[in-house]
Amino acid sequence: MSEKKEPIFSKKNKKLISDPLNLNNPVTIQVLGICSALAVTVQMDNAIVMSVAVLFVLVMGNLIVSLMRNLIPTKIKIIVQLVIVAALVIIVDQVLKAYVYDVSKSLSVFVGLIITNCIIMGRLEAFALGNKPWASILDGVGNGLGYGMILVIVAFFKELFGSGGITIPGLGKLDLIPEFMYNIGYEDNGLMLLPPSSLILVAIYIWVQKSRTPSLIDENAN
Amino acid sequence: MSINKEGNSYTMIFAIIMVVIVGGLLAFISSTLKPIQMENVKNEKMQNILQAIGIEETANVTRDEAGAIFNDYITERIILDFDGNVQSNLSNEVAIKPASRKRTDETDAFNVDVRKYYNDLTGLMKKYPERGAEYEAELKEEGITYPLFVCENEGKKFYITYFSGKGLWDDIWGYISLKEDGRTIVGSVFDHKGETPGLGSKITEVPFNEDFLGKVITTEEGVYRPIKVIKPGKERKEYEVQGLSGATFTAVGVDEMMERSFSVYNKYFKSLALNNFSTSDQQVETVVISDSFSQMTPDTNQVLANK
Repeated sequence: MSEKKEPIFSKKNKKLISDPLNLNNPVTIQVLGICSALAVTVQMDNAIVMSVAVLFVLVMGNLIVSLMRNLIPTKIKIIVQLVIVAALVIIVDQVLKAYVYDVSKSLSVFVGLIITNCIIMGRLEAFALGNKPWASILDGVGNGLGYGMILVIVAFFKELFGSGGITIPGLGKLDLIPEFMYNIGYEDNGLMLLPPSSLILVAIYIWVQKSRTPSLIDENAN
Repeated sequence: MSINKEGNSYTMIFAIIMVVIVGGLLAFISSTLKPIQMENVKNEKMQNILQAIGIEETANVTRDEAGAIFNDYITERIILDFDGNVQSNLSNEVAIKPASRKRTDETDAFNVDVRKYYNDLTGLMKKYPERGAEYEAELKEEGITYPLFVCENEGKKFYITYFSGKGLWDDIWGYISLKEDGRTIVGSVFDHKGETPGLGSKITEVPFNEDFLGKVITTEEGVYRPIKVIKPGKERKEYEVQGLSGATFTAVGVDEMMERSFSVYNKYFKSLALNNFSTSDQQVETVVISDSFSQMTPDTNQVLANK
């Protein structure tokens, strides 16, 4: 290779990880992957496992597509990406079923639905097809973390106000709302456990994020 | 010779190679992991049955331990037919052969697929909403069977029953253990495939299951009386269990599956003559037929019969 080798964590590469966490968050800015953010955020442990599974599929998918980017025929590139993602998801599902049976039970159909997560196809199409493997891996990590971050934040508030505590993987449920609150008439809000509250929470997050980062506000929006 | 990547033949060859590689890889992974997955499913079922017994020794058994100690506690595995007659009875000296695609030991209660029988049932239940004599006759023809596990521990007998039904979104199932009188609940384990997390999914948690303890499935006179799950906050009778708010249809499903299966299990317990109740068989029949949605409660039936 004739071009100069760039350092593993160059400024450009660091940006690949940090951008999706804030300025280019896949959920709040690109509005991708909203569907699973609504469905798997009722309990914290499910949200965390889901994030890890998406992270894995995203990184591996990005890597494989990037390695094959010069071989994939343009006519069927979407199909090829879909096959790669589907295969990875089935592998994740099978491995979970065999080695972490309890987790696979609590995620049930959502693992299969990773295939339809728009972030994954979006990153493969927009990034991995045109970039080198290492950059693609970093892009996958960044977007996976950006997605997971939103999931965990939404799940935290939903579970806290919906069922009065947070379930941490391996620790079980921690009751954060003290008992005396219930005694003086506090009640868990069942609406928080249903999908609409995720939309409200994501919207509040976007509001906070945009008011703190003025560059994100679209001047032409009005 | 350079390859024309835009050509049709390149695209075709690429697609074929990709499909063969991916297909082969998935088939390989699936077949290597299959035995471990089957073992997980089997051990989980054993764990559920052991936890449902309601004795301290097995209350916190883990999935991995369950396989090893299952036969120490479960001494008999019985298959009942729709009339409550024993079809087969295996003792714990017979090892459990888990169901496989090729060969399933049909005489082992552990392999009875309650879920599959429930599927056969739903058609019939729609056809005969009144659940009259015709319904029962067809049920018998279907050959639907009911597994019953008997546990002996420190001289006491426990009967573990097994249900399957539909919740709001997907399957629900459960194991309930009755003590030796064949009518008092001493333990239960419920599980579900996809009930709403935080609402219907709470049927797996302790508070819901705790409320089943001590409930009885027959009246003092020995007449079968289904356990009901009712909305929280209301006053409850001795056969009513506190439900979960926001999970009405999960509770309806729990009611339905318990009623349907207990009516059969009760026939068996009755034939064991565990209780010296002095009721005629006819009375039991009338009550069994009535379904959970009919207006006739067992109590009114009894009043009618007494007149």
